Amino acid sequence: MRVGLFIPCYIDLLFPEVGIATLELLERLGLEVGYPLGQTCCGQPMSNSGDESNAAAAERFFVQNFQDFDAIVGPAGSCVKQVRHHFDTIEQTDAVQHVRQHTYELVEFLHDIVQVHDFPWAEFPHSVALHNSCSSIRGLGLAKPSEIMGTPFNKTADLLEKVKGLVLVPLDRPDDCCGFGGTFCVTDPAVSAHMGIEKVRDHLRHGAEYVASPDMSCLMHQQGIARRAGLDIKFIHVAQILNGGPFR
Amino acid sequence: MSTREPINVVARAEAFIQQDHIHEQMHDGFLWATMQRRDAEAAAVPEWEELRELGSHIKEHTLTHLDEYLTQFEANATTRGAQVHWARDAAEHNEIVYAILQDHGVTELIKSKSMLQEECAMPPYLAQRGITVIESDLGERIQQLDGQPPSHIVFPAIHKTRQEVAQLFARTIGTDPNNDDPHVLTEAMRNNARPRFLAAGAGMTGANFAVAETGTFVVCTNEGNADIGASVPPLHIASIGIEKIIPRVEDLGVFLRLLARSGEGAPLTQYSSHFTGPRKGGELHIVLVDNGRSRRLGMADFWHSLKCIRCGACMNTCPVYRRSGGLAYGATYSGPIGVILDPTFDEYKYSELPFHSTLCGSCSAVCPVKIDISDQIFKWRRVMANKGYLPLAKRLSFAIAGHVFAHPGEYHALQQAAVPALDHAPHFLLYNHTLNPWGREREIPQVAKQTFREWYLEHRRSHGNQNVES
Amino acid sequence: METRTLSRESILAAIRQNLPPQRVSRPQIPAFPGPDRPLRLLFEEHLTKAGATAHPVGSPAEATAKLTTLFPSAKVVCSAVPEIAGTRRAEDMHDPHALADVDVGVMRAQFGVAESGAVWVTQEDLLVTALGFLSQHLVVLLDPNDIVSDMHEAYRRVRLHETAYGCFMAGPSATADIEATLVHGAQGARSLDVFYLPRT
Repeated sequence: MRVGLFIPCYIDLLFPEVGIATLELLERLGLEVGYPLGQTCCGQPMSNSGDESNAAAAERFFVQNFQDFDAIVGPAGSCVKQVRHHFDTIEQTDAVQHVRQHTYELVEFLHDIVQVHDFPWAEFPHSVALHNSCSSIRGLGLAKPSEIMGTPFNKTADLLEKVKGLVLVPLDRPDDCCGFGGTFCVTDPAVSAHMGIEKVRDHLRHGAEYVASPDMSCLMHQQGIARRAGLDIKFIHVAQILNGGPFR
Repeated sequence: MSTREPINVVARAEAFIQQDHIHEQMHDGFLWATMQRRDAEAAAVPEWEELRELGSHIKEHTLTHLDEYLTQFEANATTRGAQVHWARDAAEHNEIVYAILQDHGVTELIKSKSMLQEECAMPPYLAQRGITVIESDLGERIQQLDGQPPSHIVFPAIHKTRQEVAQLFARTIGTDPNNDDPHVLTEAMRNNARPRFLAAGAGMTGANFAVAETGTFVVCTNEGNADIGASVPPLHIASIGIEKIIPRVEDLGVFLRLLARSGEGAPLTQYSSHFTGPRKGGELHIVLVDNGRSRRLGMADFWHSLKCIRCGACMNTCPVYRRSGGLAYGATYSGPIGVILDPTFDEYKYSELPFHSTLCGSCSAVCPVKIDISDQIFKWRRVMANKGYLPLAKRLSFAIAGHVFAHPGEYHALQQAAVPALDHAPHFLLYNHTLNPWGREREIPQVAKQTFREWYLEHRRSHGNQNVES
Repeated sequence: METRTLSRESILAAIRQNLPPQRVSRPQIPAFPGPDRPLRLLFEEHLTKAGATAHPVGSPAEATAKLTTLFPSAKVVCSAVPEIAGTRRAEDMHDPHALADVDVGVMRAQFGVAESGAVWVTQEDLLVTALGFLSQHLVVLLDPNDIVSDMHEAYRRVRLHETAYGCFMAGPSATADIEATLVHGAQGARSLDVFYLPRT
């Protein structure tokens, strides 16, 4: 299986360590990983604003870059959701359909496809609040959302619990939105910030040293708010924990 | 009626949050607690998800056969002695109601909660024609006395503190402004409303469900105010949206089990009342109202919104609604259901509502009839973008972005330029509220020394890989 | 009249024109397994949560005595049941307005619903429907063997086509409209007491 590495634009520019961790992790698991150098963006900012005509070119370009891989893996729930769910206004060629059906978020890829049972190279002796991003749980089904009745499951927690020393803390509102919402964070700044600070406070109330998530975008938003408020809490992507680094 | 500017929901929500450290916290807390009760009630029903699926399925079946079920309802209600009227729009609804009231010489009527009557702006219409309309639901009465619309479809005054209610009642019904005990205030309203019930010439209700099989309609309340209004005055008028029809009595089993659990976190409301024809010694008129519903039925992306049973669960769960308050939406319907309904009444006026959401998807997950609310919010964004309702700055920046993202050479050049810009830009520019709304509320992330791509080129290039040239 | 026929036809025509192309068939409502706990226990649990109280009574005489104990200062007790005489008979009341001074209204419910603690009361049980809503307090007689498990079973029992009014009453009148604080006695009954007493 040839895996195409999808590194979202903001991770490329602002959080490259997440990309490095993802690549190293996939390589540790013995996978053949290619990284299309020409990739740019999945089109989410435009698509989320309803501007499909301007998203279309980015979406088609994405497919062009990744169509020859058996699986495409990205460390970003919201971006993967964009590819799987919202690449629906461009012409549904075989290539488009293939890419849509075979693009995976990192946790679900590790949990469902590769079925990793342990991470012996990793250790993380810290208390961690798991931020269940809305894209990952309600968009991609990485966990049972609290609104839905049924047997609880959480793929991200399953993986994190295999890391030596890591302690997951409970939360008051485990899957209430943090307020990032893509362009929402800048179009609705007051509500967005308010939702974000409440999230950070929930994490702090339960003694979390770190907040981890499969979605760096949510963490970027919470981190910005936490820093502005002078709150002492660190933010990290699950890829970095599962790979044992790099830590910034 | 169209206004020149769209409702600025963002500014209104911000005002709600910033008015003090009391209102938004209280509002969010109450509705979150309601959600927790809802979760507990739903968890106690092993077949909960099956009931949601059934509720959705029954509604879809009904809506795709709506004309048959409406005529069946009319026939059965008429057989039982009700008089059934049809109103194409809000104006016609109000005219029909007024004509009935005039026929009976009614000068004062008392009504229970009806979002449809609110939608039709019936109370001011009647007031202008000399008919006093008294809201009997406590929350609606509070809002009526304050000259405000309801902010939540189940808890109309949930955005108000008890002190505000005490002050309001002191001004309007002469209670002690310093006594804000909800029990005392409720008792005051009880004693104020009771003589109005006894004096009213007519009682009006809405309906949660209308059963085609028997011509029955169902009204669910906690106060029993709909029942007083229907059992005391000699005339009962019910306004019913055409989408409220369900086929059979047995379908009520599904919906009654879903409704109160979803909206309030209780197995049932205190009163679930079933009206089939006029009561002994009374007269019953039913007004079936379209007001855009048949048009909505024809909207491929949005007709599922007609499944709504007006439970309010989407409002309780919506993290954005909880922080905004319902009045921020400037419409009869607020919260997630409002976001997808209101543009059908006035696309331009409500063009900003679909963006007042993080698309978290919680609304779709709690909806007892599985309306794909979050997906519809997303689709409305496409409608607004295609209609050119996106602000100019956004459209321009997206056009540029769209081009750049399709041309990696330009994209990487922009990244190169952005790095030093972010590193060296003066603080006042970076944190300017207009130029950089991110920086208004948050610290800006530090740009890394190398992008991932640069790192990859340095550390992995020799491994051989894909490289698509632009 | 003519305008109204026009409206009716116009609305139906608009609906027919706009019906979604994919017709959806009517689903079957399955039989769900009921609760595994005794129905009366569940019924009382939910009834209590909804703010009402259940009382076992052995006979009509005991019922009358219990009513007096619960409402010692009641002046007007309007009864629709033979088991409790009351001070006024509901069958003699024809104008609902005349019930405005009723302290305690007495009626019999046809059955109870375990999953909600609600009782089903119709116009035929109330004789005057306003009895259920103008009375300050309600006493409802219920045969404890007549408790069904859930709303599905309840809707198999009700006969909606045979009564102009029927109500599932789960408790006294309530509201939480002021700061989400629960208050009983908002508009209708301030209290609801269920007396377990089979029909005589």
